[in-house]
Amino acid sequence: MSILVDKNSRIICQGLTGRQGSFHTEQCLEYGSQLVAGVTPGRGGETHLGLPVFDTISDAVAETGASVSMIFVPAPFAADAILAAADGGIELIVCITEGIPVLDMVRVKAVLKDFDCRLIGPNCPGIITPGECKIGIMPGFIHQPGRVGVISRSGTLTYEAVHQTTTNGLGQTTCIGIGGDPIRGMNFIDCLALFEDDPATEGIIMVGEIGGTDEETAATYIREHVNKPVVAYIAGVTAPPGKRMGHAGAIISGGEGTAAAKYAALEEAGVKTVRSPAELGSAMQGLLG
Amino acid sequence: MNLHEYQAKQLFARYGVPVTRGEIATTPAQAAAAANRLGGQLWVVKAQVHAGGRGKAGGVKIARNSDEVREAANAMLGSRLTTKQTGPEGLPINQVFVEAGSAIERELYLSMLVDRGQERVAIMVSQDGGMDIEEVAVKTPERIITVAINPAAGLQPYQSRKLGFALGLGAAQIKQFIDLTMNLYRLFDESDASLLEINPLIVNRAGDLVALDAKITIEDNALFRQPDLRAQRDPTQEDPMERRAAEHDLNYVSLDGNIACMVNGAGLAMATMDLIKLHGGEPANFLDVGGGATPERVAAAFKLILSNPAVKAILVNIFGGIVRCDDIAEGIINAVREIEVAVPVVVRLEGTNVDQGKALLAGSGLDIATANDLTEAARKVVEVV
Repeated sequence: MSILVDKNSRIICQGLTGRQGSFHTEQCLEYGSQLVAGVTPGRGGETHLGLPVFDTISDAVAETGASVSMIFVPAPFAADAILAAADGGIELIVCITEGIPVLDMVRVKAVLKDFDCRLIGPNCPGIITPGECKIGIMPGFIHQPGRVGVISRSGTLTYEAVHQTTTNGLGQTTCIGIGGDPIRGMNFIDCLALFEDDPATEGIIMVGEIGGTDEETAATYIREHVNKPVVAYIAGVTAPPGKRMGHAGAIISGGEGTAAAKYAALEEAGVKTVRSPAELGSAMQGLLG
Repeated sequence: MNLHEYQAKQLFARYGVPVTRGEIATTPAQAAAAANRLGGQLWVVKAQVHAGGRGKAGGVKIARNSDEVREAANAMLGSRLTTKQTGPEGLPINQVFVEAGSAIERELYLSMLVDRGQERVAIMVSQDGGMDIEEVAVKTPERIITVAINPAAGLQPYQSRKLGFALGLGAAQIKQFIDLTMNLYRLFDESDASLLEINPLIVNRAGDLVALDAKITIEDNALFRQPDLRAQRDPTQEDPMERRAAEHDLNYVSLDGNIACMVNGAGLAMATMDLIKLHGGEPANFLDVGGGATPERVAAAFKLILSNPAVKAILVNIFGGIVRCDDIAEGIINAVREIEVAVPVVVRLEGTNVDQGKALLAGSGLDIATANDLTEAARKVVEVV
């Protein structure tokens, strides 16, 4: 079992014919993901990497029955691509693109309320159900089917958590990079709810970072709704206030968004926290036995 | 990207937001001439730096004649201003803004920002203008009133009225306040601002609302579509190391310690700083070389790190996913040879082709220590300093 995606997920790539879209689509195909088509406006009717290319999402959905989209469209056009996917009937939109203006995301989130779909990202590595389906830019080979769900705001820290749980034999059910932007699609609590309901997921690893209060919100949710063991790490204990640390969303502003506040909230909710990302795997092993 | 006060006020004026009359000056003589042109009996000379807290730090001076304007400008120009928002080294004052004095009846606070929790632009006001708003938020949060704006509908007059009445404005001022907030929202939206702050927004003796100060931050991700604003960037107000990093497309933030780090990915870069601290060391910087981490970028990153004289050791931490560890190792070896790195380097590689990468480093004949995991890497680098 897994959440959101599995071996039956049928996926299109928006921006398939671009350099990034091409490279990562090939990698996903190699992993075994069912990439079934691409969408590049103006290039409908072509074939790229052996996949049919369509002008519009609705054409691609009608022809292929796809329900998931992976977006590699450049930042200036990515907000439009997300809304096009929603309007075209896509149920799960995975937006990898980094650098989307935040006011574009404000508009996107308001419009998405009209649709029955989920958004992962933007500015994220994507989502993977090991052994079944990889959608995004993560290195597939470090994953292993198993017992732990992973949720993270950071790409490379997701890989750390994955690597450790693969090495110690726990493996992963599904790993979701929710992205490093201040306004994004699915948040910690959306993923926590799905993992809590997934029978195969025995424990959940949560990797947060400075900025915003989503980890605090997640802590409250965990206290009230999550019975599975949760291990958490927060990056940025040493980050100075007022400085953006790489990710658009990783900034302590007005005293809000410190790692200390997030750790405190999570610990109060009974979450097992670690001060070193190197201990994520062993901490989870300690809880699951 | 931050705008100077005078740039923000020019933008305000273009959007019909009332500001005090003023002129920018780069010499004391220009400042005095500006005061004469503005007329009146009272002027304010304001240092143009990208930091708040200027008043308390001596960056805002009142002058009663053009000689005093000249003196104030003379004292500021060419010096550095240290406020509680700058580092101890302060920021250079290359320009002063000379303004006609205002007769202040009331001082209010207004800001507009992207509220992450509500995922909307929000306007925040308080009767406690002229004060440190973060302090107000902690001590008397009930004195801050906020409304969030639906992006499809935009700011509605009832929302402006709600804020205006909460500020205790009279009927005539409410009308002005609605226009002011509507115009500010249009400015915020069209300029891709991420923060706009007026502290104080005054009611003058004539009963009119005027923006006495102005602060605007433009969101970096949107600069591609804001060419006019991008052209107003003032690199003298940026950390020189961070500016050089940006030229190489590297994400760099200066810190106070002596262990430099070079990492791929923002989250792992923060975590690496935290690990150094956790093991008793002090990180010298945040540096994300990005997912690409090509040999050229690695070399550029080494050069950047080593231009900080405080650096006593370097920790390279790479999780090779799509990039291969042997490529990274080659990049590190070439960079260390080419730049003649004289401080100890500890490298932790993980991911694709990790064994080949480690073998290359071991066989390079260079003084590069390798580590098998995060903990060992942090321990080793802290030991050598």
